[in-house]
Amino acid sequence: MTGKQIVIGISDLNVASSPDGLISYALGSCVGICLYDKIAKIAGLSHILLPDSSPYKEVMPKKFADTAIKELIDKMIIAGCRKNNLTAKIAGGANMFSWSGETVGDKNIKAVQNQLIRQGIPIIARDVGGDYGRTVSIDAETGIVTVKALTKGIINL
Amino acid sequence: MIDIGKINEFQADILKEIGNIGTGNAATALSLMLNGRISIDVPNIRITNADGISQVLGGPENQVAGVLVLMRGDIEGMLLFLLDKNAVSHLLKVLLNENVTCLQDITEMGVSALTEIGNILSGSYINAISQLLDYRITLEAPRIAIDMVGAILNYPASVFGAMKDELMLIEECFYSGQDMFRSNLLIMPEPVSLDRMFSKLGAL
Repeated sequence: MTGKQIVIGISDLNVASSPDGLISYALGSCVGICLYDKIAKIAGLSHILLPDSSPYKEVMPKKFADTAIKELIDKMIIAGCRKNNLTAKIAGGANMFSWSGETVGDKNIKAVQNQLIRQGIPIIARDVGGDYGRTVSIDAETGIVTVKALTKGIINL
Repeated sequence: MIDIGKINEFQADILKEIGNIGTGNAATALSLMLNGRISIDVPNIRITNADGISQVLGGPENQVAGVLVLMRGDIEGMLLFLLDKNAVSHLLKVLLNENVTCLQDITEMGVSALTEIGNILSGSYINAISQLLDYRITLEAPRIAIDMVGAILNYPASVFGAMKDELMLIEECFYSGQDMFRSNLLIMPEPVSLDRMFSKLGAL
C-alpha cells in the first residue's frame, strides 16, 4: 500500500480510496467488516462491538453489526461505489477467555453474516472465531485484507 | 442509573478510597507470596474508554496477560487485571525463577501462577469493598488470556459497552527491591451494583 492508512477505532467505520487503506487494531470478540468495490477501488471498514441494536433505545449505530453495516454501505455509495459491486471479507469474533456456549464473538459473526446476506453482499473470505486477537487492514488499491495475530503470524484474505 | 463517566467528586473519592485500601491489601498479599518487602505508590485512577486503556498499556497490539474474575453476591460484575511484560517477568522470576523474554513462551506453570496472582489480587480488592460496605461478595474461578491488550478489552467492552464506553482503571505501582512493576486493574460493577454501592454510602 502506497497511501496513508486510516485507523478505525472500536465502534467506528470509514471509507478509503486507492491508494489509501484502513486498519483496525486488536479485534477480540469484535468483528472487522471489510467491504470493497474493485471497479471504483474504494474500501470500507467497520469495527463492530455488538451484534444487535434492537434491544436499545438510544444507540451509536456504528457499534452494532446491523446498523453499522447499513451505514457503511450508504457511505460507500456516497463515495462512488455501486452496491452490486461490493464484496465482503470479515475477521474477528474470537472468544478471548475461552467461555463455553455461544459467546458474544459467535453472536457478532452470525449477526454480521446475516446482515450481509440481507444486503445481498457476498462474503468472499473470512478468518473468524478462535481464542486470539487480530489486527485487520484493507488496501483500497487491491482489496487485499491482511490479518495479523500474535501467535499465528500474518495472513492475506 | 449512575454513569461511571459522569460521577461527582464525592463518588470519585469513594472509588479512590476503595483503590487505596485494595492496593494496600494487594501489596500485603504480594509480599507474602513473593516473600519480600513490597512498597506502593498511591494508585492512580482513570476513567476512560477501551482505546484509552489500551494506550496506557502500550497501544492496542501490545501483548499483556489479562486475568478476569467475576463477582457475585451483593456486587455483581467483573475485575480484570492487566499485567504487562515487565510485571509478568518480575513476578515469574521471583516466584518460579522463570525467565520470560516473550509472553507467548510462558510455561504452563507460569500461566497458572499468573492466574493465581490475579485471583489473590482480586481478593484483596474485594475485601476492601466488603469491609467498606459490609457486603458479601464471592469470586468465581479466574480466567486468563495472554494476547493483544485491545483484544482482551473487547470482553468487558462487550458486556458493559451497549450504552456507555467508560471503564474505571486503577493503575498501581509496586516496588520490590530495585524493581518496579505496574499492575492495571479494571473494576467493573454492573450499573445496578454501582448504584447500590453509592446509595449505601450516602453518595447517591
